[in-house]
Amino acid sequence: MTLSLARPFFALGLAALTFAARADEIQVAVAANFAPAAQKIAARFEHDTGNTVKLSFGATGKFYAQIEAGAPFDVLLAADQATPAKLAAEGKATAATLHTYAIGRLVLWSADPALVDGQGAVLKSDKWKRLSVADAKLAPYGQAAKETLAALKLTDAVQPRVVTAENIGQALQFVQSGNAELGFVALGQVQPADGSKVPGSMWLVPDNLYAPIKQDVVVIAATKVSKAATAFVDYLASDTARAVIKAYGYSW
Amino acid sequence: MDWAADLQAVALTLKLAFVVTALLLALGTPLAWWLAHTRSRWKAPLAAFIALPLVLPPTVLGFYLLMLMGPHGWVGEATRALGIGLLPFSFGGLVIASMLYSMPFVVQPIQTAFEAVGARPLEAAATLRAGPWQRFAFVALPLARRGVVTAAVLGFAHTVGEFGVVLMIGGNIPGATRVISTQLYSHVEALEYPAAHRLAAVLLVFSFAVLLWVYRLNPRGAQLAATAPDAAAHP
Repeated sequence: MTLSLARPFFALGLAALTFAARADEIQVAVAANFAPAAQKIAARFEHDTGNTVKLSFGATGKFYAQIEAGAPFDVLLAADQATPAKLAAEGKATAATLHTYAIGRLVLWSADPALVDGQGAVLKSDKWKRLSVADAKLAPYGQAAKETLAALKLTDAVQPRVVTAENIGQALQFVQSGNAELGFVALGQVQPADGSKVPGSMWLVPDNLYAPIKQDVVVIAATKVSKAATAFVDYLASDTARAVIKAYGYSW
Repeated sequence: MDWAADLQAVALTLKLAFVVTALLLALGTPLAWWLAHTRSRWKAPLAAFIALPLVLPPTVLGFYLLMLMGPHGWVGEATRALGIGLLPFSFGGLVIASMLYSMPFVVQPIQTAFEAVGARPLEAAATLRAGPWQRFAFVALPLARRGVVTAAVLGFAHTVGEFGVVLMIGGNIPGATRVISTQLYSHVEALEYPAAHRLAAVLLVFSFAVLLWVYRLNPRGAQLAATAPDAAAHP
């Protein structure tokens, strides 16, 4: 009985496999902060080339460990420069494909439309209890926030009120849920893609207060679809992709 | 290396596990007693609710606790109205979240032990004019002590190994919410593998020792239960 049921499904599976085999399928690991932009770019790429893109979102450090362990990713869109460079140096990634696809901007953001002023002076006030910051050790935006606080000479003053998120996604979650009044997050996370005004209130941190948050992409050496993977990496520098990247608050 | 930070995380984890286990035993024993003896129609829903953390992913539990205990959640509104403030990112918040998370590991063994005691020793005690409290304290509890010890050990160990919930509501604050598991996670994420291995080894040895103790305890339990009525007769 089980067999007679299984057979049509098996045939269906085979049909699906042959259909998918006409174009290549690439598996892309994407840093969490770039998730919304990557989804749009992947959709355009699929439309333009006929290849299929499967996206996985997560922390860059975790992807590193997984790729080291042989995870079947073809491309890594990292949140930093160090991880792709490390993979390339270890021969796990193709150095020739390595380049910066986006430069992130740090913002101080609050869900409260009246809290954050244009100069970030709110940091010195007592109008808030919790400041959400991503872990500087784990997240490039956390490192940028740390540098910003140091540049403003506020590190010690705000320290007792800092809550540390494991990644930039959680840093935003703490603020959105109201558990922290303020948070250092990526502009790309709060900037609506249609270019409309950012909800709540924010201070776009001047980029001379922190080292640029360059995000690099690289093709994984073990890929079996290197042509499609390289095409996707190149596509990130196309006008189509860059329009999306810009709409989400990144430069390049 | 971060020895001091690791040690602080270990100390905080032990403190959390002790507090949670003590509170859970105080709360879970009467609850298990009630569940073992009631015929109320609320028994099944309550038992199911207590067992939820066994099934739900801890991050899901943590996420909803973050929402509930935040300023827009009703728990958060209540704690603020009571002047306690908000629970996320505090030790008190971790205690409450851990209690929910470890509850089934404490309630279920005690409930099973109470059920195993059965009605007969209690009826016998009743004929000797023991009141309800005496029957509970001097008959049922000593007979069920193996279940209570198992519950305490499992509750303690489960709290030590807790991760997802703490990650969601902790905020990784040294001395308040940074426990072994989140510290270990940070090490791994930051590619500090030697430090991660060291902490993982501590956790592994501890967990194995605890489980070994529980399993050693259980086979001997049959003899303990057999001698227990004597012990109960001479408290």
